[in-house]
Amino acid sequence: MNNRIVEHPILGKIDDKEMVTIKVDGKKIKAKKGEMIIAALIANGIRINRYTLKKKEPRGIFCGIGQCTDCVMVVNGRINVRTCITPVVDGMVIQTQQGLESGRDKIE
Amino acid sequence: MNRWELIVIGSGPSGLTAAIEAAKNKVKVLLIDENIKAGGQLFKQIHKFFGSSAHYSGIRGINIGENLIKKAEEVGVKVLLNRIAIGLFKGKKVVVKQGLDNKGKNIDIFEADKIVIASGASENAIYFPGWTLPGIMSAGAVQTMINVHRVLPGKKILMIGSGNVGLIVSYQLIQAGAEVKAVIEALPKIGGYEVHADKIKRLGVPIYTSHTIVEAKGNLEVEEAVIAKVDKNWQTIPNTERIFKVDTISIAAGLKPLIKLVRMADCKCIYIPELGGWVPIHNKNMETTYSGIYVAGDVTGVEEANTALEEGRLAGIAVAESLGYLDKKIACNIKTEIWERLKDLRSGPFGENRFKAKNKIIREY
Amino acid sequence: MEKNIRKNHEQKNHKNIRAIIECYEEIPCDPCEIACKYGAIIIGKPITNIPVLDMEKCTGCGLCIANCPGLAIFVVCENYTDTLGTVSLPFEFLPLPKKGQRVKTLNRNGQYVCRGEVVKVIETKSFDRTPVVTIAIPRNKVDEVRGIEIPKR
Repeated sequence: MNNRIVEHPILGKIDDKEMVTIKVDGKKIKAKKGEMIIAALIANGIRINRYTLKKKEPRGIFCGIGQCTDCVMVVNGRINVRTCITPVVDGMVIQTQQGLESGRDKIE
Repeated sequence: MNRWELIVIGSGPSGLTAAIEAAKNKVKVLLIDENIKAGGQLFKQIHKFFGSSAHYSGIRGINIGENLIKKAEEVGVKVLLNRIAIGLFKGKKVVVKQGLDNKGKNIDIFEADKIVIASGASENAIYFPGWTLPGIMSAGAVQTMINVHRVLPGKKILMIGSGNVGLIVSYQLIQAGAEVKAVIEALPKIGGYEVHADKIKRLGVPIYTSHTIVEAKGNLEVEEAVIAKVDKNWQTIPNTERIFKVDTISIAAGLKPLIKLVRMADCKCIYIPELGGWVPIHNKNMETTYSGIYVAGDVTGVEEANTALEEGRLAGIAVAESLGYLDKKIACNIKTEIWERLKDLRSGPFGENRFKAKNKIIREY
Repeated sequence: MEKNIRKNHEQKNHKNIRAIIECYEEIPCDPCEIACKYGAIIIGKPITNIPVLDMEKCTGCGLCIANCPGLAIFVVCENYTDTLGTVSLPFEFLPLPKKGQRVKTLNRNGQYVCRGEVVKVIETKSFDRTPVVTIAIPRNKVDEVRGIEIPKR
């Protein structure tokens, strides 16, 4: 699934940026180097970022600019990472966050 | 260096012009922004701006952003990105956290003679059954995805809200290759400019006024939206429901100023619904009730990029003047010109409420 | 809006080619005034004034079409041939139609009007990514056609 806008009447052709590989819930997907995690996910049809604590309901992006925290996921073991303003790096490991993931946070 | 003559918080249109005007007049300026790119919301605006040809009209927001960033560099503004101001303390100390969410973060403390808070605004949500389903997002998020990240958040969209944001983003969704099933508007009249509405009407997008969303349905993501007509008491009218098969619902229900830093510095605020909610009180120099702290742009009231550009200029000039870098008479002339342009931008039926609201703020100072 | 459209269409000049500015609200905006190198569009001050077209000065060149941020300006010509007229409109979508292409034309509500043939497509740097497409249609449709169906990619 590729939701990338390859050609755009105002923005032109998508740039030929280097692709990197990231893992999302164990599955390898291709991402553009330096793009926001959320962009890579949405490009690959992934719109669920986390599940809530009590009712285990799915949540996805709301504000897109780092204000609402609806898009947080576990990234390289770190919880509550806002995927809308965090860029990908090659080899990044991303997981759908389940509730608060208490006790899981890895401090570098 | 930890001491600056001016620290500008926020590198959107108003922060950029404030920094530029001050730096042009030899003020030592530090401009910080929490994002990894400067420009605020300008880089989502791929359409040509309205306003006066004397200032940026007819130019696409993305190009205005590029030009301003270049200019800021040229006049010697020090720009630090990925820096979020987490506190404003006595003595005009700005505490800044640096680092991404997935890494450790550093704290820096800067001291300033003057501060311009240009923190912008953030979008409102509206609540309806199913509102939390993935695929339901703000119009700004849709715009960021398609115009900045170049990904389609969905293929079949329902747009809630017919203000300029809802109308423009609907048009841009079609440019990006998506289908906009409908635009709905709770009021009996389209909120934005007729010309924006006409653009999407010509593309066959229906605009349902006096309609609200009743429910969003879907298993794990949104799949369907139910809308219905409302009467003059905002109650849904039975048997007027329509169902749209959509995978995305875009909410364009207005914005509210991000005044956290303003409140932390204890600047007095006033509640003005026409401007989005609580806004800081300021004078004609854009200075708040806390001496030396200025505000500009959407944080002072939700308007447009054009007014943000001008308010930033005002704040920058006022700071340069108050630091003694700009002659009072010259500053006065420039500020008068800017206020004239702001008056122009706030005239006509769309601007007059904002014009009155802004005057109210200045009277309250 | 209906009253205004009728008013615009009653103003014909002897060349039967004219710009039509479908902008009827007082909004602060004046790029069209500056764009017209013949001075045929007047806004003045304040810039919320509704633009007025001076028929005598309008040559139908179409510079205003691309410069209007609201994409609200069209140029119509009624005597392209004995039977055909043309409408020139801004088109900011992909794929951009090509000269000679047959397209489906739409009215202001996006409803199908008739088939048309693309006779000209102008893209220049000064238009800043707003191409202007001219379509030939039956001359009695020039007041109705305001869009073209975006061809499938």
